Amino acid sequence: MWKWFHQLASPPHIYRLAGFWAPWMLALALIGVGVGLYGGLIKAPADYQQGDAFRIIYVHVPSAYLSLLGYVIMAVASVIGLIWRMKLAHAVAVSAAPIGASFTFLALATGSLWGKPMWGTWWEWSDPRMMTELILLFLYLGYMTLHSAIEDRTRADRAGAVLAIVGVVNVVIVHYSVEWWSSLHQGQTVMNEDAVMPASMLTPLLIMIVSFSLFFGAVLFARLRSEVLLRERNARWVKRLVTGDASSLSKGAQHA
Amino acid sequence: MSDACLSLRNISVFRGERCLLRALDLDVSAGDAIHLIGPNGCGKTSLMRIIAGLTSAETGDVQWLGAPLRTDRDRYAQNLAWLGHNAGLKGDLTLLENLRFDNALRRNRPAAHVMAVLRRFGIESRADVMARGLSAGQRRRAALARVVLSEAFLWLLDEPFTNLDQAGQADVRALIAEHVGNGGAVLFAAHHDVDIPETRVRQLQWQTVDGQ
Amino acid sequence: MGSDPTDDQHSVVIRAVELRPLTVFAVMLGREWRLALRRLTDAINPLFFFAVVATLFPLAISPQRAVLQTIGPGVVWVAALLAALLPLNALFSQDHGDGTLEQYVLAGQSLVALCIAKTVALWLVAGLPLVLVSALIAQSYAMPVEAMPTLALSLSLGSYTLCALGAVAAALTVGVQRASALIALLVLPMMVPVIIFGTRAVVLASGGEPAAGPLYLLAATATLAAVLTPLAIAAALRISLE
Repeated sequence: MWKWFHQLASPPHIYRLAGFWAPWMLALALIGVGVGLYGGLIKAPADYQQGDAFRIIYVHVPSAYLSLLGYVIMAVASVIGLIWRMKLAHAVAVSAAPIGASFTFLALATGSLWGKPMWGTWWEWSDPRMMTELILLFLYLGYMTLHSAIEDRTRADRAGAVLAIVGVVNVVIVHYSVEWWSSLHQGQTVMNEDAVMPASMLTPLLIMIVSFSLFFGAVLFARLRSEVLLRERNARWVKRLVTGDASSLSKGAQHA
Repeated sequence: MSDACLSLRNISVFRGERCLLRALDLDVSAGDAIHLIGPNGCGKTSLMRIIAGLTSAETGDVQWLGAPLRTDRDRYAQNLAWLGHNAGLKGDLTLLENLRFDNALRRNRPAAHVMAVLRRFGIESRADVMARGLSAGQRRRAALARVVLSEAFLWLLDEPFTNLDQAGQADVRALIAEHVGNGGAVLFAAHHDVDIPETRVRQLQWQTVDGQ
Repeated sequence: MGSDPTDDQHSVVIRAVELRPLTVFAVMLGREWRLALRRLTDAINPLFFFAVVATLFPLAISPQRAVLQTIGPGVVWVAALLAALLPLNALFSQDHGDGTLEQYVLAGQSLVALCIAKTVALWLVAGLPLVLVSALIAQSYAMPVEAMPTLALSLSLGSYTLCALGAVAAALTVGVQRASALIALLVLPMMVPVIIFGTRAVVLASGGEPAAGPLYLLAATATLAAVLTPLAIAAALRISLE
């Protein structure tokens, strides 16, 4: 088990694994997004209350979901990196941060696009979910700024990891406090989760969530590959890789 | 304590991308004096920080009483006195206040004992001066006084001779000899040769990249 | 615990000298307090900052009593939090610069206890004085006297949370050049719950309603911060020396 863990974590192995999976995940994601968009934008009926405006959920909900998942991935990778001193885990956290931040931004942008016809304003302060997303974006930005501000990579990784762990505890408290706060200010009820969605609306949404997740995974793997290369640029396996000796990759894996 | 108390196994020192020292093995036992010698930038301080447990090594580990440092850092640090580049004095506290704090976290000896140690280093007249008003040499002596006050087994002295006059340097040599004679262990870094009276000093020297 | 000074004058031995964490805490707190007294100007500057910021709002918005009463709790809270950010940058960077941080980490005593002492000292110097000044400022914003105890209690709890989280940010940014802005970026988003609960308590109390609910929530966040952050501070300090 331990040995397997270590083999999995060896940089050349991960580099190869991620390189193998990333294109497949990307292809699946693109097909899924195509199918999901067709189902969501064309096949699904308009909402009886919101009309066509509701269709933005096919981008908004997966983005919001991935913005949270990205932070959780970052925090879990940080715990692993700190406790088992696994450098690869830090590389995962560092790679996940900008992707998570982008999806957070996308969730905010689509939310505000939806808000204009629904609320008559691009930004409704009293909506708790938008507030939480905004704070989440600040937490992502804080993580990335801290990581880039510390020159030494090991220190940056480990300091960022502590911040990510503190942040994940914090974001839960932020979420509940903001919800409590918005209930005091009669926040409009939006996108009622309890309402039952007909299958013709729900199925494309689920497809979109899965496809977005695959896309997230593909980008994460691609970023992880370049991050691993950057960190291992002095390692023998990278030099062999660059000089074009393809067969050396598996050898490199055993070497490390 | 006949066996090694502190052992370095397969330690490598990196600065950024450059490997300064590869695969160092070293055993330190009671009564050892070890001199890390080499020009500026050869990684003496980096190695000292690894031994102190401030930095973790890229490869290998440091063992205290047979167990890696990380298993019981505090127990190790209780037996360690560290003299770094900065004296570790608060400028807004007097010399005596500074040392009484360190004393309180260590053996907590009575105030008279702290004064006696200051006297030994010839700085007892400065006891009530704010540390910011001390000269570089006096700060160095104060830092050395803290090392003595700690009564720790293992001394890690990074460049203990800088800023000291002839007499001060002789004092440090005598101090090391006395500590080693009492059954302690000293590792010190200095870029020049040092003769410690009545003590066999092991010199540890390396060309960058290759160990020992 | 090494009470006999004569036993090891002539031979050095390996042994454990483990102090009780409470002792470590007390020793460190005493030292930090003494240091704070010698740098009183450092402690006073945030108070001026607090007062000046609070002065700008009536100028920027309106000096009308009704408006001041509406914005009062929020202004006092936000200005106090901003003022409490000011001393964070120096919290550990000075210790790092003069080499005492290395000595703290290598003292072999509970680093967590040392970190709690630093946080408490910071709160005594940077948090509590703000609470006192806030009463004056709240008065000028026409806040009813009955709301003052709630304001003081909520600011005391809230400023402790800020000191605790701020100490984490300060520890994470040790050695970073010009870290102040970064510290603010790290800390302020995390202060959202405190701002929400704190201002709510004061608004309720100003309206003559019971404010126990938000005060309990505020106390809960402060307790959580007080218990968990010292671990993060200690970890961050060790990392900063790597």
